[in-house]
Amino acid sequence: MTGEPQPTLAAADLASKSDAELTRLGATLDGVTILHRELRYEPGSKADKRAERLVAGCFLLTFVSTVAFIVIYGWFPWKFSLTDERYYLYTPLLGVTMALALLGVGAGIVFWGKLLIPHETAVQERHDGYSDEIDRQTVAATLRDGLDMTGVARRSLLKRSLGLGAGALGVLAIVPLGGLVKKPKGELLHTQWADGVRLVRLDNTPLRPEDLRPGGMETVFPGVPGGTRSADGPVMLIRLYPDVQRIPRTGQADYNWGDYLAFSKICTHVGCPTSLYEQETNKILCPCHQSQFDATQDAKPIFGPATRALPMLPITVDADGYFVARSDFREPIGPAYWERGNYD
Amino acid sequence: MTNPNGTNPNGAARLAGPPSRPGPAEKVANWADERLTSANPLRRALNKVFPDHWSFMLGEIALYSFIILLLTGTYLTLFFDASMAETRYNGIYDPLRGVDMSRAFSSTLKISFDVRGGLIIRQIHHWAALLFVSAIVVHMFRVFFTGAFRKPREMNWLIGFTLLVLAIVEGFAGYSLPDDLLSGTGLRIASGIILSIPVIGTWFYYLVFGGEFPGDEIIGRLYIAHVLLIPAIILALIVLHIGLVVKQKHTQFPGPGRTERNVVGVRVMPLFATKGGGFFMIVFGVMALLGGMAQVNPIWLYGPYEPATVSAGSQPDWYMGFLEGDTRIWPSWEFRGFGHTLPAVFFPTVLVPGILFTLAAMYPFIEARLTKDRAMHNLLQRPRDVPVRASLGVMALTWYVWMWILGGNDVWSKVFDISLNATTWMGRIGMIILPPVAYWVTYRMCLGLQQADRLVLEHGVETGIIKRLPHGEFIEVHQPLGPVDPHGHGQLQYAGAPVPKKMNRLGGVGRAVRGFFSPVEEPTAVGAGPAQGEPTVDDTQQRELAGRPKAD
Repeated sequence: MTGEPQPTLAAADLASKSDAELTRLGATLDGVTILHRELRYEPGSKADKRAERLVAGCFLLTFVSTVAFIVIYGWFPWKFSLTDERYYLYTPLLGVTMALALLGVGAGIVFWGKLLIPHETAVQERHDGYSDEIDRQTVAATLRDGLDMTGVARRSLLKRSLGLGAGALGVLAIVPLGGLVKKPKGELLHTQWADGVRLVRLDNTPLRPEDLRPGGMETVFPGVPGGTRSADGPVMLIRLYPDVQRIPRTGQADYNWGDYLAFSKICTHVGCPTSLYEQETNKILCPCHQSQFDATQDAKPIFGPATRALPMLPITVDADGYFVARSDFREPIGPAYWERGNYD
Repeated sequence: MTNPNGTNPNGAARLAGPPSRPGPAEKVANWADERLTSANPLRRALNKVFPDHWSFMLGEIALYSFIILLLTGTYLTLFFDASMAETRYNGIYDPLRGVDMSRAFSSTLKISFDVRGGLIIRQIHHWAALLFVSAIVVHMFRVFFTGAFRKPREMNWLIGFTLLVLAIVEGFAGYSLPDDLLSGTGLRIASGIILSIPVIGTWFYYLVFGGEFPGDEIIGRLYIAHVLLIPAIILALIVLHIGLVVKQKHTQFPGPGRTERNVVGVRVMPLFATKGGGFFMIVFGVMALLGGMAQVNPIWLYGPYEPATVSAGSQPDWYMGFLEGDTRIWPSWEFRGFGHTLPAVFFPTVLVPGILFTLAAMYPFIEARLTKDRAMHNLLQRPRDVPVRASLGVMALTWYVWMWILGGNDVWSKVFDISLNATTWMGRIGMIILPPVAYWVTYRMCLGLQQADRLVLEHGVETGIIKRLPHGEFIEVHQPLGPVDPHGHGQLQYAGAPVPKKMNRLGGVGRAVRGFFSPVEEPTAVGAGPAQGEPTVDDTQQRELAGRPKAD
């Protein structure tokens, strides 16, 4: 805008101008030209009156809906009840009345703008790109002069020590976040399973072999305090049909107890519980990303993104006839990570 | 054209003499001006011209849904307890009474059942979050396909892109807060993804969760990120985003009188402000309707999070769906060596999205470098006129939507009774084949559309009138848009604006009678249009409709 002659008008000139003239003058000062202004309807015409009534009707709708909203909010039965059907209407009624109130005022304003305010076409000039040369040169000089006054270019000792100090301060700003850092302590390698730990259900009851029919599956947890809440403890205990031939993974041929096999339920892909067991095909499916494991091959992955078998828990039956673990898993359960080591 | 004076009775009063008493608005403006010298900036703000196009409202929708999110979210914090401490539910919802759960879950139940009107606010919040991300994505595609990101607006593309990423993270953090079975499963997947990052994964995992998953910190940490950190950054970036639009002025589509050096539209006062204000209320109203009528995230049906439980058909909120899809179809490639593991899940969840998002963020710079285009651009482009960009966009969109569809491949296989493994293979093959096909098809379509435009400019609009020439040849009569040379060829240049393709667009038939349900004028007043069979167009109209920016 600089460089343009600013229109100067005495106060008396301004006073003699109409609002329309002043508006155009102001627009000109802002680089705006109002090209075209068109009334939609002749003021006072039938159509104009109808549009006015429409807008007023919208605002009235807002008033009525707001009253309805308040009445429903305050006096409609809102407490949850399995038996009272009216409860199920409470939130929808609030939604409808609130929506009508908001839509009423919104539509009213939009109709007002579309139907009653004269439509206009205005053109505004753009000024993008470089600033005027005088601004560019003076700013550059001011910057140079300011830097020169600080003497930062000459005083290299100050420059370097400031760099050192500011750098250290920057480090200091993030050091307190060190409180968040925790050294991984190998919890990822171990679970609560150990020799003699019972396999219990979610309600902490232990399991006997006769609790599971052939082809059955039960989710079990380590029978230690907090075992049912642990994220790495869940195990699926599967009883194969007697005629199914098991092909064990190397090194865990004796992890089973008869037809009973216990696998970590935590998917080796990304850690979801592999909850689905299809007894006819002995397939274990993780519902998150559809990795599939073959129970007869000690939960070897057979389809989907998982690459490693579900770790197998060595089990036996204790003197009281309940299932117990013989040790922890021999490998880390769940998803892989950088330091996982050379386990399969 | 009407004199503005005619609509403003005050104008006449001013002419007669100084106003007797200033109105309240004038008083406030005076009060502020005495203290802030605000008259000039205020007038500039009121006079600012915004171009008018329906697609420019998409960003507005995102802004309005963010305001709705702030309002409803603040309400929710009054009742939500971001604690993982265990409690036994004793509230009004019978089916879960006596169940052990975290305080986060029980307080979400409280908002849904024990707080009067709490459920609708919670549902409006969730719907507005879904709309927020949707509007950002659609707005971004508008900006992409019309080339609005070009110089001088590359910075605003980057800011907008950051907003998209933050909105996704914010949404994920938000829907993880109730600690329900669905979101807990999502968090567990997130923990596995973090673990999969090479070298720092394990440390990062401990840093985020404060121990082994789930620990007892994550909900509290997500909470402060969700209600303070991320919204504050989003708010600051939105202010910057809009500030840059104001400073650089909005782009506009080419058309009569529109040049690189101006903006044609309406001023803020009164038309743009009216439309914007009304539109905000309408967006809010639609959200209220959805929040009241359409159940969303019914966590009481999912139950509290338990590490050993998952429900079949688990789907995240829509904006995480594409990650779910590419994770599902990724082959089981895991790399092991030197005692280290590079897990399969790292590729589809970190590496591939990381590369694609970086490419998208850097696109303005990549395009400028490849096309060597250093010019300022304030006029938008039609996608057909930039076939490579349009095709790249559709290619990316195809990949994205394909992944998104595959995020629910278990649902598809159930609904259509297809083998689950077959859908996975369809996904794998489609991921490789579909994007290039989409590129090729879009490219051909762009060229075809360009050719159709050029044909009209050269020969005119098809009139639908078939003529038989004396020697027997049949031709279709074309209405040229401008003067033609002896061969019947027009000389109009394409100017980047839509070209009329039908006689109706040239006034080939009379305009419609005004008033939709009840005509406000006599049909005879409208006129029957040009004489039948002989469409005529007057010269001034021709130029305008041909979309030449300068009608000279």
